[in-house]
Amino acid sequence: MNTPPSVSDIFASMDYGPSPESDKPALAWIAAHNGSFGHFIHGAWTKPKATFNVHNPATATVIAKVSQGSAADVDAAVAAARKALPAWRAMSGHQRATHLYALARAMQRNARLFAVLETIDNGKSIRETRDIDIPLVARHFYHHAGWAQLLETEFPGHTGAGVVGQIIPWNFPLLMLAWKVAPALAAGCTIVLKPAEFTPLTALAFAEIAAEAGLPAGVLNLLTGDGATGAALVDHKGVDKLAFTGSTDVGRIIRKATAGSGKKLSLELGGKSPFIVFEDADLDSVVEGVVDAIWFNQGQVCCAGSRLLMQEGIAERLVDKLRARMEKLRVGSPLDKAVDMGAIVAPVQLERIAALVEQGKQEGSECWQPSWAVPTKGSFYPPTLFTNVAPSATIAQVEIFGPVLVSMTFRTPDEAVALANNTPFGLAASVWSDNINLALDIAPKIKAGVVWVNCTNLFDAAAGFGGYRESGYGREGGREGMWEYLKPSAPLRAPAKVAAAKTKGKAVVAAKSRVVSHVSVGVDRTSKLFIGGKQARPDSGYSLPVKGFAGAVIGEVGEGSRKDIRNAVEAARGAAGSWARASGHNRAQILYYIAENLSARAAEFGARIRTMTGGDGAAEVEASIHRLFTYAAWADKWDGQVHQTPIRGVTLAMNEPLGVVGIAAPAASPLLGWLSYVAPAIACGNTVVTIPSESHPLAVTDFYQVLETSDVPAGVVNIVTGRTDELAKTLAEHDDVDAIWFSGSRAGVTACELASIGNMKQTWCEWTPRDWADPAQGEGRAFLRHATQVKNIWIPYGE
Amino acid sequence: MTITRANLHLATGDSERRAGARHQPPGDHVERNPGLPLDLDLVLAQHVNKSAAERRASTIPTRRTVKKQWQAAWQLRAITLIDLTTLSGDDTPGNVRRLCAKAMHPLRADLLKALGAESLHVTTGAVCVYHALVPTAVDALKGSNIPVAAVSTGFPAGLSPFATRLAEVRESVAAGAKEIDIVITRAHVLTGDWNALYDEVQRFREACGSAHMKAILATGDLATLTNVARASMVAMMAGADFIKTSTGKETVNATLPVSLVMVRMIRDYFERTGYAVGYKPAGGIRSAKNALEYLYLIKEELGDRWLRPDLFRFGASGLLTDIERQLEHFTTGRYAAAHRQPMV
Repeated sequence: MNTPPSVSDIFASMDYGPSPESDKPALAWIAAHNGSFGHFIHGAWTKPKATFNVHNPATATVIAKVSQGSAADVDAAVAAARKALPAWRAMSGHQRATHLYALARAMQRNARLFAVLETIDNGKSIRETRDIDIPLVARHFYHHAGWAQLLETEFPGHTGAGVVGQIIPWNFPLLMLAWKVAPALAAGCTIVLKPAEFTPLTALAFAEIAAEAGLPAGVLNLLTGDGATGAALVDHKGVDKLAFTGSTDVGRIIRKATAGSGKKLSLELGGKSPFIVFEDADLDSVVEGVVDAIWFNQGQVCCAGSRLLMQEGIAERLVDKLRARMEKLRVGSPLDKAVDMGAIVAPVQLERIAALVEQGKQEGSECWQPSWAVPTKGSFYPPTLFTNVAPSATIAQVEIFGPVLVSMTFRTPDEAVALANNTPFGLAASVWSDNINLALDIAPKIKAGVVWVNCTNLFDAAAGFGGYRESGYGREGGREGMWEYLKPSAPLRAPAKVAAAKTKGKAVVAAKSRVVSHVSVGVDRTSKLFIGGKQARPDSGYSLPVKGFAGAVIGEVGEGSRKDIRNAVEAARGAAGSWARASGHNRAQILYYIAENLSARAAEFGARIRTMTGGDGAAEVEASIHRLFTYAAWADKWDGQVHQTPIRGVTLAMNEPLGVVGIAAPAASPLLGWLSYVAPAIACGNTVVTIPSESHPLAVTDFYQVLETSDVPAGVVNIVTGRTDELAKTLAEHDDVDAIWFSGSRAGVTACELASIGNMKQTWCEWTPRDWADPAQGEGRAFLRHATQVKNIWIPYGE
Repeated sequence: MTITRANLHLATGDSERRAGARHQPPGDHVERNPGLPLDLDLVLAQHVNKSAAERRASTIPTRRTVKKQWQAAWQLRAITLIDLTTLSGDDTPGNVRRLCAKAMHPLRADLLKALGAESLHVTTGAVCVYHALVPTAVDALKGSNIPVAAVSTGFPAGLSPFATRLAEVRESVAAGAKEIDIVITRAHVLTGDWNALYDEVQRFREACGSAHMKAILATGDLATLTNVARASMVAMMAGADFIKTSTGKETVNATLPVSLVMVRMIRDYFERTGYAVGYKPAGGIRSAKNALEYLYLIKEELGDRWLRPDLFRFGASGLLTDIERQLEHFTTGRYAAAHRQPMV
């Protein structure tokens, strides 16, 4: 169009025209840095070095150059963070709160600069950066200023995790920075952050503005670079905690690289989130929900509702409505204030999307795109809808990370849940129904960290965000998110050696007589495995001798193998559903009953423990009964929360069990150590596959008789004796195990963490021994937090 | 790589076929909605998720905007969609004549010239008055083709005797009103008596004869968006030519969420029957910016065809002055003052 249309022309056509937001202030900011950036370390810019280009994906032009971070840069940044840590950590919560408050205010003062900078760097529309990303960033800092203020009183006995390394993605560059930086600063951590290679600019601007707002030098250090820079940060010995948001593939690499390092780790990974529409939903609202689910940020959203599951009866109508709506979407310059979708972040991503769409067509799914064409310059892709998609299709399984929706139908609510959970991921889900009974029945059944009821892609600093399954672990936002950046102030310590030595003499005498009596009893008692509520012989047909503390063989246990682990996991999986649904009261009753039956046989168990360890068996049994009572008490009290998010509605943070937990119990305190893991796990509704102490397994093999008499449903607790490291590795590798808890050697920890990457199961592996007799170390909320994952269910209401 | 229309799998044919299976947008001439037998299943099937509807409505003004000459053109169009209204107890022939003069010449000549819009013959969509002022308005607007609309049926509460309400419609039509804005009995909605509502509106429509009927739902009285949706559907089934939000006398008048619900019902009704029903938000729309937000909503949810005066009206009075000021700002670059626009 050479001559612009006249008022009369437009009066007749009623077309939309261009309404560009100016990029001049943002370009001026870049120009003020001569278009070239170093890293931001210890409060100052380094000299730009080994630079690479940053593009505006909407125009395919170079807008800045940033530096490729080297190993030496990582060293310098970590050293700066380490140096700044003592003073930052020593500050009062209130002092840190004032800093976070200042950051929130600075974000608001510079809101438009950040919005425009984000848009020209990432390609997302100015509407989104202006109305969603940047306001959420400011909100995140305000909210976490509050956590800093309340840290001492709300998280007593905890302190910041130390120096944290943070690696963030390109889809919400500044928002992901806020999600990482705000809780870390509130907790008293110092930071080395690496923004994504494609989108470093808002992070650079943030570092500068944070320094201007008075954030002390070294508290926040920023490195630009590609995966190699990230890898150097992950591997760095000076980092205490790593937080990563990005693809599941890279999450796997990071878990592998950090195995056995002792670094705290939180991962927010990919998704293929279901968007479930029941026949009684408000379909016109559903259509807008879909727009917000998959055509928000060009679909480059980890929690995008990318799998549309429609009840069969309304599918055709809904698809018709969707197509009509898609025709109306506007794709174009992201700086235009009247577009719905901007540019895809980079040509390589555009190619990936196009290739997957092509594959979808070749595999027989029906592809539909609007009749209009997208701009040819820059990286643009039209909204795309696939129908007739089988669950087996590639596009139904892999994360496309683009504006591509795949749809399928279901017949019943149960089938909807089955389809929704038919994925390795578990990040988010949307459920659409105007029937509260149905919606609130479905939400807990979906394996996802966030469930939106009649809404989608809502975020707030007060609500945790994070995944189940291969979508990662840890939460960002809310109280639950703060734990990721905290650790207990008092370090773990093993029981005092002096005390053990003191009791040893007495125990020897007592134990000796027990050994003799064991041998002298005429009827043999064979310790078996306990799987699916039944005593089972080991598949191997071999046994291992068990020695007492005095060195004599006091019994034998089955040598469990891979197949026994397989059978035990199968049994645990079979029991997991109904045990998770059992009421807290019901689980408490069973735990009390276990304690009651243990108490009735206290003398026998005390003697057994003495025989094995030479320790004070009676005390350990007493402590075990105490522990069972503790978790019986907790079983109906580990409540969730209602978060105060800015909607008319409720956001329920529910503590849900993980599912099947694999447990390798510590060698010492053979009964108490084992129970200290098992009791919280089952109190929270998990089923467990346990490996008792390799050296002292007999108290636990005796214990299955207690379980059998205590109404514990079959499969809830399974016991496989044998060689701990070998069995634990099999458990850690098992794709149907949701978490692995291990207490043992550092080599064993490393092996478990490495083996966990198959399904990215949660790991809680320690080589520092605990004093299990000390309730401060051996029980409490930390155990319950490990035994559960928080699901946030957003429920707007109003009629 | 670059994306062109050629290397995309564009299912244009598919799109056309589907559009055809429903109904093409109405042509220049809109066939009057004859109504349908009351379909209670369809009425009761309507339910609106309030939070989701509000969320959509709240992003209409943030997803769309028009600037520069586009803004001016849209504002000009908005003028043609106004039912320029006075509904006051102190209305006299004098102020109604003044209103009619403004309806015929809503913009100063110099502004029209500066906009290059002289040939567009911009007038408001109608003039809307109480029955007593209909003859005055008809006389004042003689030769202009601007229709006179009369509010009727016991406006605003609609609670006078039914026979009186019917007679009121007939008398206004006889007095020369080409459009009748009726009010419904809110109690029928609040008690779910859809049969009664249907009968009432259908009788009003009969009484209107050739005059077009706008059914005022008084949405501010209807309590829920679901009630708004159901009442909209019943009014259309009973033969309404337009559905309209408010009398302007309720505590809450036109809003974007209510409008979203009503226009979705219009779309649904059109897709089912092929009859295009018009929409009139009324009350509280005073700024040009707010008016354009309604036009974005209509363009997005119903399409361009509904941006013409036979299918869309604003019930407003002060709105025109604000549009004049915005258009003056567009032509001069200076912010404008109300007192420099000829008053209504």
